[in-house]
Amino acid sequence: MSLLTRDPIELERLIARVGGPGRGGIATFLGIVRDHQDGRTVTGLEYSAYEPMAEAECARIVAEAAARWPASVALEHRLGRLAIGDIAVAIAAAADHRAAAFEACRYVIEQVKRRVPIWKREDYADGSTGWVDPTRPEARLEASPEHPLHHD
Amino acid sequence: MSTAATISLRVRVLLFASYADLAGSGELEVTTAAPATVADVVRRVRDLAPGGDRMPPRPLVARNQVHAHLDDPVHDGDEVAILPPMAGG
Repeated sequence: MSLLTRDPIELERLIARVGGPGRGGIATFLGIVRDHQDGRTVTGLEYSAYEPMAEAECARIVAEAAARWPASVALEHRLGRLAIGDIAVAIAAAADHRAAAFEACRYVIEQVKRRVPIWKREDYADGSTGWVDPTRPEARLEASPEHPLHHD
Repeated sequence: MSTAATISLRVRVLLFASYADLAGSGELEVTTAAPATVADVVRRVRDLAPGGDRMPPRPLVARNQVHAHLDDPVHDGDEVAILPPMAGG
């Protein structure tokens, strides 16, 4: 199953893939297209990717989470044109108990942001467009200190 | 002038997002003397590609679809990708 999709993401499908009779907790995360960035009004955006590597990197992250916690993990990232409010990324992590579910889910989204070669071009209300650079000073306040944006 | 053949290697370079916009293309072929590292390939791209001088000297890179270091070796036929800051999620 591809972890990248050009179709709308349905969280229920991810939940169905990870759930089971022994799974007492499912943590989910949805990344949503937001209508503002660095003080500018965003009207829509387009995700593009280095697709074979992005697919492989997503699969590696899911496998790492499943190895590190007793959890089942599902991940989908959308590509192409998205509208405000659309789901850009979805994660579902199921475990017997909640701690592993939350931790595996958090791990996957942080690693996706750090490692998966996907780029975002936003359309702004003034008609201009721009590539989003999370390493720019304006965006740094949101960067997580334990996941700096460089390679080990 | 030496009569010994200079060993050179060819690498397929992929550019994405803002870097592809700068270069006007997402793909180019780079020839460089062997042995070479990913950093040597990046230097060639910055010298040769339109707008290459506006790419950072130490960008994020991947070799054969895996994140790489600039001092990793490259081999003939490798695929090197120069990655702008990633913005997924």
